[in-house]
Formats: sequence, C-alpha cells, structure tokens
Amino acid sequence: MTNKTFILQSSPHFKDKDSVPKIMYAVIFSLMPAAFASIYFFRLKAVVMLFSCVVVSLATEAIFLWLRKKPFHSLLDGSSVITGLILAMTLPPSLSLELAVIGAAAAIAIGKQVFGGLGHNIFNPALVGRAFLQTSFPVAMTTWIPPVTAKINTATYATPLANLKFEEAVAQGTLTPLKDLFWGNIGGCLGEASAITLLIGALYLLFRRVIDWRIPVGIMVSLSAFTGVFWLISPEKYASPLFHILSGGLMIGAFFMATDMVTSPISPLGSWIYALGIGLIVGLIRLFGGFPEGVMYSILFMNAFVPLLNRYARPQILGERSKR
Amino acid sequence: MKVKTFPHGIHPPEIKERTFDKAIEVMPPPEKLTIPLLQHFGSPAEPLVKKGDEVFVGQKIGEGTALFSASIHSSVSGKVLSTDNHIHPLGHSILAVTIANDGEDHLLPSLQGTKDPFSLTPDEIRQRVKEAGIVGLGGAAFPTAVKLSPPKDKPVDTVIINGCECEPLLTADYRLMLEHPEDILKGAEIVRLATGAESIIVGIENNKKKAFKIFQEKAKNNAAEVALLKTKYPQGAEKNLIYALLRREVPRGGLPFDVGVVVQNVGTTKAIWDAVSQGEPLYQRVITVSGNGIEQPKNVLVRIGTPFQNVINFCGGLKENVNLLVMGGPMMGVAQWSLETPIIKGTSGLLAWKAPLSYFEYSCIRCGRCVEHCPMGLVPSQLMKFVKFDNLIEAENWGILDCVECGSCQYSCPAKILLVHWIRLGKNKIISLRRKNKA
Repeated sequence: MTNKTFILQSSPHFKDKDSVPKIMYAVIFSLMPAAFASIYFFRLKAVVMLFSCVVVSLATEAIFLWLRKKPFHSLLDGSSVITGLILAMTLPPSLSLELAVIGAAAAIAIGKQVFGGLGHNIFNPALVGRAFLQTSFPVAMTTWIPPVTAKINTATYATPLANLKFEEAVAQGTLTPLKDLFWGNIGGCLGEASAITLLIGALYLLFRRVIDWRIPVGIMVSLSAFTGVFWLISPEKYASPLFHILSGGLMIGAFFMATDMVTSPISPLGSWIYALGIGLIVGLIRLFGGFPEGVMYSILFMNAFVPLLNRYARPQILGERSKR
Repeated sequence: MKVKTFPHGIHPPEIKERTFDKAIEVMPPPEKLTIPLLQHFGSPAEPLVKKGDEVFVGQKIGEGTALFSASIHSSVSGKVLSTDNHIHPLGHSILAVTIANDGEDHLLPSLQGTKDPFSLTPDEIRQRVKEAGIVGLGGAAFPTAVKLSPPKDKPVDTVIINGCECEPLLTADYRLMLEHPEDILKGAEIVRLATGAESIIVGIENNKKKAFKIFQEKAKNNAAEVALLKTKYPQGAEKNLIYALLRREVPRGGLPFDVGVVVQNVGTTKAIWDAVSQGEPLYQRVITVSGNGIEQPKNVLVRIGTPFQNVINFCGGLKENVNLLVMGGPMMGVAQWSLETPIIKGTSGLLAWKAPLSYFEYSCIRCGRCVEHCPMGLVPSQLMKFVKFDNLIEAENWGILDCVECGSCQYSCPAKILLVHWIRLGKNKIISLRRKNKA
C-alpha cells in the first residue's frame, strides 16, 4: 500500500469563494462613483479630503494593531479604507485638513479599535468620527460652500435641508428642485453631492448581495410614511417625502452606513425594526429637532439597539411552531 | 409542474457531471476485507463468529440486540482471520471481523425470498428488514426496522422516498433511480404496507430530470406521486424535505413520526425490496467514487468491508497531489486518514481532491449570511460564540441541539470561521453533561 498523508478537518469541505476582504473591496468599489462625483463637484478639496482620511485611518489602524500586538493582516482587509472613505464623504468640503485628520483618527481609535477591532465595534466607526467632529467643532462642521460647478461666488452656501429648516423654503418657494438633488450640483457633504452616483454603487452592492436590501428599503419606507403624513396635511409647510429621501445624507446613510454588517442586526426581523427606527428618527429630527439633518444620530442611536435586537429578534427555528 | 422547496439553504457547485452518466459498475470483492460491528446509529452488534470459522456470503456475523442496533452480515465467503479492533471511518477503533475471501462467493443456502412480498404483514416485513441488517443508506445509518415501527399513538399517513441526493459530487442514488426504478417503487410499497401509510411521494431534485421522468412513467400504474424539488442544499435533509413536500414542521427534538411521515432514502428502499423479495441481507451498496483526485471517477457496487485502497485502485488510483479523502459528500462527509479503513453501510461516496491547507480566519463581522442560509432557522454565529465562551445553557436555549450539521453556515461564512466545528463541540459537551447527570 502506498503511504499517503491526508489532512483531517471537520465538514463541510467546501467553502464559498466570498471572503471578508472581498466584501470590503466590493464596498470600496461601490463608493467610487460617488467619490468621483464629489471630485467633479468640489475638485482638489475633495481629492485631498478623501486621500487624507483614508491614509490617516490606515495609519491609526496600524498603530493600534502594533500596540495590541495583533497581526497586521487585518490592515489589508479593506475595512479601514471604507471607514476613511465614508468619513470623508460625510464631511463638509470646506473643512480644514487638520480637522479631517482628527476625525479619521477618532473614527478608528474610538469607533473601532477600543472595542477590539473589526467585528467587535458597536457603532459605525465613520459616524463615530463624524459625531466626534460635530460636537467638537460645530461651526466648522456646518459651514458649507457651493460646488465649483454651481458658478456662484459666495463664501457660504446653505444645504437644501438647512434651507428647508431655517429659511422656510417651502413657503418661499425656494426649495431645491428634486432634479438637482438627484443629479447633483448642490451644497452639502462630499458624498451627498449627487444621489444618482450613490444609487449606482448601491445597486452593485445589492446585486452582489453584500448589503441587506431590507435596511435601505425599511429606512425609506418609514421616512416616507412619517414625512408623507405631514406633507399631505399641509403641503405648503412641509417638503415631500421624495425631497427627504434625496436630500442630505439619507442616501449614503441608508445604503452605505446603516448597512454596515458589523453594526446592523443579524436577523431579517431585526433588520426591519432597525431600519424602520432609523427612518422614523431621521424624520423626527428633520421636522421637529434642532438640527436640519439627523441621519448620523439616528443611525448611531439604532446601532445601540443592535445587540438587543440580535438577542430578541432571532429567527424562528424549524419546528418551533408545532407541538410534539 | 410546480417545483417545491424549503426556505434558506445554499447553492454549492454541483460537480456531478463526472459520474452522472456512468452506469453502476460491480467491483469484484477483494481478497481480504474487514467488517466493523458498528455501522449504524446505536449500539454495536455482538460478534457471532470467531477466528477460523468458515462463513458464507450473507451469513450473519454480528447480532444486533439493543433497540437501536442492526445485524451485520458477511459480504464474501471464506475464513474468518480475526475479530479485533480496526480503524472505523467515523474515527473510532471498533471491533471488526476480518475475513479472507475464498473467491467462491458461496451464498448462504438458507437465504430465501418471498413469493408474494405484498401479502406480508407489517410485523413480518419489519422482521425481515431487521434480519437483513438494513440501516438508512443516506448517511446517518439509522436502523430501518425502527423507522418502520411507528408508535401506536402516531399513525403514519405518508411515505416519502428521498431521491434528492443534494450533496455535491454524489450520483449513486441517481444511478440507482435510473437503473432500478421498479425495485425502488416496489420497496416504497413495502414501506407503505409496513407503516400503514396511505400515500407515497418520491421527491427528486430538479437537476435529475431524467430520473424524474422515468419515475413519473413507472409510477403511473402505482399509487406513488412523484414530486420535483428545487436543486438546493440541503433539500434531502429529512425535516426540510418534509416541509418542502408537505408543509409540515417536525417539532423540535421530534421525529418524522410526529407529523405522520416516514422518510426513506432510495438506496434504503431498494435494499428493503431486495431483503423482502430475495431474502438478501445488506452486504453491498452503491457508492460514488469521485473528486479531482480520483483518476477514473465511477459509481461502484461494493461489498461492505472493502478497504478504501481497493476501491480507489478499482477507480484508477489517486492522483499525486491529493491531500483530502472524504467518506460521504463534501458538505457532511467525514475526512479520512487511512486507506485501510473499510466501506461501511453508511458510506455514500468516497471523494478525494487537493484542498487548501488552511484559511485565514477573520473575526465574525456579523454579516448574517449563516442566519440567511441556515435551513433550521438558527443563528450559527451566536451559537459559535456561546460555545467558545462555554455558555452551554444559552447555546441550548438558542437551539444548538436542533442543528443538523449540514454545513450551510460554514460554507457561506466569509470570515471562514469553523462554525460547524464549534457547534459540534457544544452539542457533544451538552450531551455528555446530560449523560453524566443521568448516571
């Protein structure tokens, strides 16, 4: 008999080709259209911002891995690149570079590594970085400039949502047209510049089944329902649900931030509750809160519920319904 | 025709084409073979022969005495060389009978068939099935006589014949369905008579259309219904198959009897027919020998107890770079370390290929794919964490004992976490704790 050695392993002996890095790189790839749109609208400012946030995220991750004596393997999994990219896309283009660097470092350090790195954080790291900046530098974080393509020569420029909240844009008839929201050419964060480019990336992720379709759908349904009621009652005072969906950070939040695997629920029922909650809170903040925009806080708020949802909204076991 | 299915599950590559169109080949019995006395779910059989005894083909060499036990028969005629512990495919070392084949293939003279098997009483059928040492040939090897004895308070109305063969690579059941459809249908009728059921459903997966057509044709003069099922893993898992065909949920921790169903694999059904009509005990079975590492993949009829080495030689041998040998399918099969290990009743396939040595294991990113694909509705990633931190009470609350170890979660896990391994560990810990508390 020939002597051959075999490996012993427990079943299954087949594995799907998808892996954590592949998923992460798919997300990075899907963010590219929106990133290029931001570069088109804000030119060099966008390039510098995107680049520095990604580099600082990676550097912070590397420092923490070194301090925690962990393998540097996870530096290449793409997750820190996503955090940097998404953070940059949620910052105002006028923000100074130092603040962006602080934000990116905070995102990885406070948002991710203190919990134990990839897979262990409770809150979306990019949003933790953004919330850190928002509370520390509120003025810088709410100063907006018009896109280069708008050909307006003003130092500051209101976002469509700020316009709606503080200028009574519906009554005045100065509400930003839906067409501009959809195609771009508006004031706001880098990644909010154009809804269509976000949508293209999101469709790719949905097609590749990287993100759970229930989350964006749930967010949009509950936001539309909430804002729709007020719009139907007094359309002369409130903006339409479609305006709310296309404006501000809703698109990037619903498709790219709320769907973060680590910080979203694991079961379908949990996902529905989580998504409906986010949409509702966005509506509440936008219509009745002190801020014109509420996507960041509503996602962070619902992130906190995820462990609870994972515990109580678990799927039904086959045979649970029938009696022996 | 509507294609039936169950929720969740996965679509692994099927890779059945290498043996799909290859007729079953009869492998000549080897010069020496070793028959383990435990080849089923339950207690080992008691040896009936000793060194130096002459045995016939089909002679009983091990008697199953406990309720969950099955008799073992010699698969060749010849001389008993030893009754000693020997390598078992499931990893233990088990008492086994080694027999030198005299090459004569003398059948035990007292083996007798029945003229009219359909006139037998249920008890007579069960007795014959028990005598023949038949166990479930799908892999779990549950003693079939037990499966044919529904408790009085749980009447059976439907017999399901499982022709799914949802494991990738395996084609043994498919070939049986093509080559012996009548025997399978007659065996199904015997199962129906034994259990007192009203109807028979044969479930066949979509990727075996040819078998489906043949059965539809043959079942016309028979009461059996033939159902087409979606090609999806694990379509052939008992509880999922029952749900797919009848929309009945077997209660947690329960048996198909609880919903009035008996499920038999097509191979088992044919073995039942052979036992009842010819009096032939279970001493051979059809297996698929396949995988990239096998020179000539085949469907082979082998004698129980044939060492892997002989089977592989019959199929042209192993390729040079092979490093993984699996008994069963790639999803639920057991990795093997020795070529001296024998084929047992529960062996549905023998597969060999070159596998990656290891994967880098990432942290769980809670993507939820294990939840999305688990056919039992469990949360495998959470079970894994409970077991890792030795929280067995929570693991049990979250249904760890409902896991059928189909491997759908681990297959789809992008972090390459050994979910099934952890779940198995947890199940074993819980079961051994229970035993300790009982004692």
